[in-house]
Amino acid sequence: MIGRVNVEVTPLPGIGTRQDFVIRAGRRIGVITHRDGKFELIVSHEDDPDGCAASIALTPSEASTLAGLLGSPQLVAHLEEQHREVAGISTKQFPIIPGSRFDGSPLSETELRTRTGASIVAVVRAGSVHPSPRPDFVFAGGDLVVVVGTSDGLTAAAELLGGG
Amino acid sequence: MHNTAIALIQLGAVFFGLGLLGKMAWRIGISPIPLYLIGGLAFGQGGLVPLHGIEEFSHISSEIGVILLLLLLGLEYSAAELMTGLKRSWTAGVVDIVLNATPGVIAALVLGWGPVGALAMGGVTYISSSGIIAKVLGDLGRLGNRETPVVLSVLVFEDLAMAVYLPILTAVLAGVSFVGGLTAVGVSLVAITIVLVIALKFGRYVSALVDSPEPEVFLLKVLGAALLVAGVASELQVSAAVGAFLLGIAISGSTAENATRMLEPLRDLFAAMFFVVFGLNTDPASIPPVLGWAVALAVVTTLTKVATGWWAARRQGIGRMGRARAGAALVARGEFSIVIASLTVASGAVDGELAALATAYVLLMAVVGPVAARVVEPLARKFTRKAGTSTAVG
Repeated sequence: MIGRVNVEVTPLPGIGTRQDFVIRAGRRIGVITHRDGKFELIVSHEDDPDGCAASIALTPSEASTLAGLLGSPQLVAHLEEQHREVAGISTKQFPIIPGSRFDGSPLSETELRTRTGASIVAVVRAGSVHPSPRPDFVFAGGDLVVVVGTSDGLTAAAELLGGG
Repeated sequence: MHNTAIALIQLGAVFFGLGLLGKMAWRIGISPIPLYLIGGLAFGQGGLVPLHGIEEFSHISSEIGVILLLLLLGLEYSAAELMTGLKRSWTAGVVDIVLNATPGVIAALVLGWGPVGALAMGGVTYISSSGIIAKVLGDLGRLGNRETPVVLSVLVFEDLAMAVYLPILTAVLAGVSFVGGLTAVGVSLVAITIVLVIALKFGRYVSALVDSPEPEVFLLKVLGAALLVAGVASELQVSAAVGAFLLGIAISGSTAENATRMLEPLRDLFAAMFFVVFGLNTDPASIPPVLGWAVALAVVTTLTKVATGWWAARRQGIGRMGRARAGAALVARGEFSIVIASLTVASGAVDGELAALATAYVLLMAVVGPVAARVVEPLARKFTRKAGTSTAVG
């Protein structure tokens, strides 16, 4: 389940906007969006929730990469949620280990569907999601392959993608 | 030709020297404003090296410096931000005025500068330096802190207060009658209201008037509009600076952001010149006699600003540490105190000593402010730990 959190939005006159929320561990984390488009990641002190232990300046591309890294597991959770009604089908993600068999080869070469019955629904690379990759999609080390299938199919897929 | 050469050499030396001073200031973590003032004191009237031939240029560029300081202040805030800031923080704003203007008013009355001097000194000790404070908060990574919006809304209120205060001061300094003074205040209040309404409802038309995709066209239009509005405002006795400030508020959205980005270097250049000229016109020999007063005012108004920030933060449910940080953040005084002092001195309505006191005061507060913001956390921690252990023992 993906729970909802209450994000507090506070305008900072002359600077931009602060958006933050209190996490279960008690700290406050969030983002300051500067007017000129810069971002700052903020994390509050453990013993002083008003103050910041860190505020880290991020460029837009760094911010979107971080968002992807944190957000991509959510994709799997989201798909899992969608397939919940269909009995016997689940979603898993497998890494393409750098230098392994499929590092650098196209998706079609895995013959995953033929061999295991499971399907690749997305590939997460460097934080960004490539949905429904085509057969000519070339894997690279570090990719996360999101696979949907039966539990047998997923076990087979794990062996095929990871074992190679 | 020879005169031009000398003027260029002098001007070049001044700017280069200011650059070196600025670099030194940021390296040791303080604002360059006090160093610019000292630079100005060192030259010119009664100083080490008198400057000749660039008076006219330095005078007009210091005027432009004030206009740009206020224009960029106006650009920083949108009309909507000002309105919400006003609604949310007016009580803190009033406490701020009462606590921090009073010491200046009392000092001026005791020194025998009369009600006009009191009005000016009250402004000098009241107004925090939003430039120094924003920079320090950013440098210390406190923009994400919970007390920071409290600090910023106090600054927003102060800046609006300036828009009312400066025309009053200008009118009083011009020696106009009571009725004349009321008229000036009335004109400025009406002007502020009209500008806020225009900015809220039709801000994009004002923006469209000065906007341009070509950087140089845009720069010329914005700068031209600012000087025109400032000149007209000055002619109407509403103070040039306030005209520029109101224009800044009326320009909004992406136009305001672009204008800020483009004018910032110009402002830094001309504002530096403004501080130098103010220092130039102040005789360094006049400072030692008022130094005692300056130190006393610095001590008192540091405490009153800390109290203001503490009180405002507590109202927003901020913890003790955050309240202390909010208070210390507000301590810095700088550019606007000097703007007030320079208006006052230029009018000749008040004793020249006021310039000396304001200079000494800002020299202290522009250094004390950032230092206070930096040391408040370790100090408060030490203090609370001591209090904590003593209660644990007792």
